[in-house]
Amino acid sequence: MRLIAKDISCERGGRLIFEGLSFTLEAGELLELRGANGAGKSSLLRLIAGLNQSRSGTMVLEDAPPDSSVSELSHYIGHADANKSALTLRQNLDFWAKFLGNGKVEHGLAAFDLDAIADDPARLLSSGQKRRLSLARLAVVSRPLWLLDEPTVGLDQNSVGKLNELLKTHLSEGGMALVATHADLDVKTKKHLTLKARA
Amino acid sequence: MNSVTALLMRELRLGTRQGGLGTAIGFLLALIVLVPLSLGPDLALLSRIAPGIMWLGLLLAVLLTSEQIFQQDFEDGSLDLMTMTATPFELIVLAKALAHWFTVGLPLALLAPPLGLMLNIDATQLPTIWAAMLLGSLALSMLAAIGGAVTAGLRRGSLLVSLLILPLYVPVLIFGIAASTSSLAPDTSLPSFAILLAIAMMTLVISPLACAAALKAYLR
Amino acid sequence: MQKFANPHVFVKLATAILPYVWALTAILFVIGLYGALVTSPPDYQQGETVRIIYVHVPASWLALMIYSLMAVFSAVALIFRHPLADAAAKSAAPIGAVFCFLALFTGSVWGKPMWGTWWVWDARLTSMFVLMLLYLGYIAIWRAIDDPHRAASIAAIVALVGAINVPIVKYSVDWWNTLHQPASVFRMSGSTIDKSMLWPLLVMALAYTMLFVALHLVALRGEVFLRKIRNRRLAEVRNK
Repeated sequence: MRLIAKDISCERGGRLIFEGLSFTLEAGELLELRGANGAGKSSLLRLIAGLNQSRSGTMVLEDAPPDSSVSELSHYIGHADANKSALTLRQNLDFWAKFLGNGKVEHGLAAFDLDAIADDPARLLSSGQKRRLSLARLAVVSRPLWLLDEPTVGLDQNSVGKLNELLKTHLSEGGMALVATHADLDVKTKKHLTLKARA
Repeated sequence: MNSVTALLMRELRLGTRQGGLGTAIGFLLALIVLVPLSLGPDLALLSRIAPGIMWLGLLLAVLLTSEQIFQQDFEDGSLDLMTMTATPFELIVLAKALAHWFTVGLPLALLAPPLGLMLNIDATQLPTIWAAMLLGSLALSMLAAIGGAVTAGLRRGSLLVSLLILPLYVPVLIFGIAASTSSLAPDTSLPSFAILLAIAMMTLVISPLACAAALKAYLR
Repeated sequence: MQKFANPHVFVKLATAILPYVWALTAILFVIGLYGALVTSPPDYQQGETVRIIYVHVPASWLALMIYSLMAVFSAVALIFRHPLADAAAKSAAPIGAVFCFLALFTGSVWGKPMWGTWWVWDARLTSMFVLMLLYLGYIAIWRAIDDPHRAASIAAIVALVGAINVPIVKYSVDWWNTLHQPASVFRMSGSTIDKSMLWPLLVMALAYTMLFVALHLVALRGEVFLRKIRNRRLAEVRNK
């Protein structure tokens, strides 16, 4: 599978964020997105996730299952948690497992050491734990393209290590990942894409 | 279909835990107290206006809880994720609105008529009022969802939601009341219920379409 | 339609034809008012006060017509993404609201000599009142949303849902009215419309329509200018 973006542009609130952007992402590759705040990293991730539309250009996922959009084959983890404080961690992950289809809650809990607090209500979590719960979604349901917006923010060293492990496994199984980050990810095959803020 | 069932289950669970039904019932009770305080305790008068007051209470209570249908999921990014599946967004939105009906609209419709006894409502009318409110509350919840969707991104939305949705409530109210009091005028009974049913069916179709379109406009 | 998509073309066209539209409006009003106040007969029941019909009825026709037009503009905006369509809907709304208010106000004023009350809940006035609420809601939603593109989409949905509601409300209010007033049917337009009353009514309706066209062109042109200014300001602020 291969993600090919040609000449895409992004507009938000009537303002052009970037244009003429092209890149290719092969199976097993990680693309690190860098750039100053406001350069459009989040916008690009949301665009690929299908949450924004590009005014120009094309974005194609080659060798993908037919009748599946890029959105349906992506995991998007942005700044917002998407966790329900009234439910337990297990119930939160269980919902996404069923809603996104064919999920395994145990994998998610194990991936970020959440087993011990799995049956506690999510409203009791610290911000780091909430982040881990969001990221656990990556392990619960299997989707080939990962779109991560500053995933390491608020995570302790141990959890960053867990994330790196998860990423390595994902990439070695032929998955792809686009990660916006200021920190360095411990992954070998990395491409870089730096977005510059428009004058 | 498993996605939608999973969503419905989650919505029902969340709705019963943090749904605000208790507050809505409290609102209804407060309204009931204010009526005789403002109009006097004349039982004959209260009896005449009781069905109308209960309907007003029902529709206002449903309206005031409309924010919770989409607000939280909108703010915490869940709605974003829900658009990233093969399930049509309209179905997802319908599931959320129906869950609101199950957890707020329907219970209120069941509770309102007996509370009307405090306003000396004619007890023989209770079965017809129940039937009418059960049917009408479905339409009310669906229309409230439109209000919630159209103001999803806004901070001070609640007054605006009222202005937008109350005109939509007019037909439901008119036929709801007509159906409720139709035991006194049997030849208007069947038409009123039939039209109320038709309105409810219409909202089941229009509401998901309007809500999905409005939410997408906010999400993009 | 496509050439009107360019705001500049539209502004030029609007400015060019406006004087003629105003002239036509004035002429129609003169003819209409002459017919209304001079040549048409007083009602045998209501006397001279029936003449308010020439202000009230066309106003209510326009209020309804403008809302329908707003719905059409909104549909075009949502489906075809025509750049001026949402501006056309937005600028028509306040004008429609004023016509609606005029209809309600004249209806109320007419009621006083007729029935001795300042307001009566008959089918016509009640439906007009709900229409007024729909106008207010539409205008309010535009003002509540900051992002103009989003506001355009949301407002269009509100207008369309409201448009579906209008005939349903009319039907239900009529029905409600017959339930509560089975015997005497108060008809604001009078029990019959005599031929001698018909033509001034139609001329006044045309005059109102021309007035709307003129006002709408001015408002739409103004909206185009406002958007230009906003875009310039945006560019200035964001580039500092």
